[in-house]
Amino acid sequence: MTEANANQAASKEAGSKGVWTDQKLENLVGNLLRAGVSLSAFVVAIGGIIYLARHGREPENYRVFQGEPSDLKSVSGIVRFAFGFHGRGIIQFGLLLLIATPVFRVALSIWGFAAERDRMYMIFTGIVLVVLLYSLLGSGSAF
Amino acid sequence: MNILEFTILVAAGSFVAGLLGSLTGLGGGVVLVPLLTLFFKVDIRYAIGASLVSVIATSSGAAAAYVKEGFSNIRIGMFLEIATTVGALVGAFLAAFISTKALAVIFGVMLLYSAYLSRKPRPRAQRNLPPDPLATKLRMNGSFPSEEGGMRQYNVQRVPLGFSLMFGAGALSGLLGIGSGAVKVLAMDQAMKIPFKVSTTTSNFMIGVTAAASAGVYLNRGYVDPGLAMPVMLGVLAGSLLGARILVKAETKVLRIVFSVVIAVLGLQMLYKGLTGGI
Repeated sequence: MTEANANQAASKEAGSKGVWTDQKLENLVGNLLRAGVSLSAFVVAIGGIIYLARHGREPENYRVFQGEPSDLKSVSGIVRFAFGFHGRGIIQFGLLLLIATPVFRVALSIWGFAAERDRMYMIFTGIVLVVLLYSLLGSGSAF
Repeated sequence: MNILEFTILVAAGSFVAGLLGSLTGLGGGVVLVPLLTLFFKVDIRYAIGASLVSVIATSSGAAAAYVKEGFSNIRIGMFLEIATTVGALVGAFLAAFISTKALAVIFGVMLLYSAYLSRKPRPRAQRNLPPDPLATKLRMNGSFPSEEGGMRQYNVQRVPLGFSLMFGAGALSGLLGIGSGAVKVLAMDQAMKIPFKVSTTTSNFMIGVTAAASAGVYLNRGYVDPGLAMPVMLGVLAGSLLGARILVKAETKVLRIVFSVVIAVLGLQMLYKGLTGGI
């Protein structure tokens, strides 16, 4: 075996060992992403059917910007509105699930890095999670 | 036009945008906002809100398929996400203070630049670069299954430059409601010398998290309208899933040229409307 081949073999082994735990985590993350997107698409479709059945014949108006009512803006408002079985509320709840999917993904990564005892990346991931949670829950009060 | 007709037309348009975006690898997000504002006369703020939501859907859907292959580097992605999410927050906050006309102009310039970028030949990647001390400290260097078989090692370069570019990519994403995958790939592939395959898959992974950071702000500000976001999100998602399925068989070279021309034309239109006040 030449030196180059030996090097390649050694690096292959080292590489696949290092990747293995990351790979396992990434598979888990991949499944979570898929489940989140499927679930939210399903909820959005249900809400869409209800919305169209009730309001489909009304004229559309998106030319003029009005902003959404407060029930469709905050997390608590959306949840309340969705459980009132309003089509638009259910759609918005589905969209909320969709926005939450990457947030869960990041939270899951913290757990993954913790399992690898990688403190540095636990901190990095924690910063990303704080930014995401602030955007979703805290940014409404900034205005 | 009543709501039902409007919904069906928007869903059909979004489906085509998602299909072309995934077939060409240029992303459907860039054409969604022009489609909604120019053809459906939707206010650009609603259009950006709906586009952001659909970007999360397609990115998360596609990322689920990529992770199995072992190309994406979760550490590079997570570290750079600090820059993209903070940038996205800044961009989303800025969007509230910028007039819709100025937004249209920025969007037009961005579209023209993406069209240019997609036609520009990619310089050949340098291999076997020496390890960079900062990248080594951040444990970013990795390996991936190469075409020749076996694992290929790579050493990440110029971390501060890549990090700054990522902040810009995040700000653009928050401002315009796009995935800005092109800028992300540019930052990783060109600035940080990460192999192209690793760059594109890691970028896809990051797009959803970046978009979620600005989507929260848009939602809280009342820019996400369920009646509009519903057909856009479902249409784009269905289109991109179909695109990913037929991608292996299709000849995408011609399609890529056509799509980049479409992007350029839409860019000129957005510029024109923004400058003449038609938006």
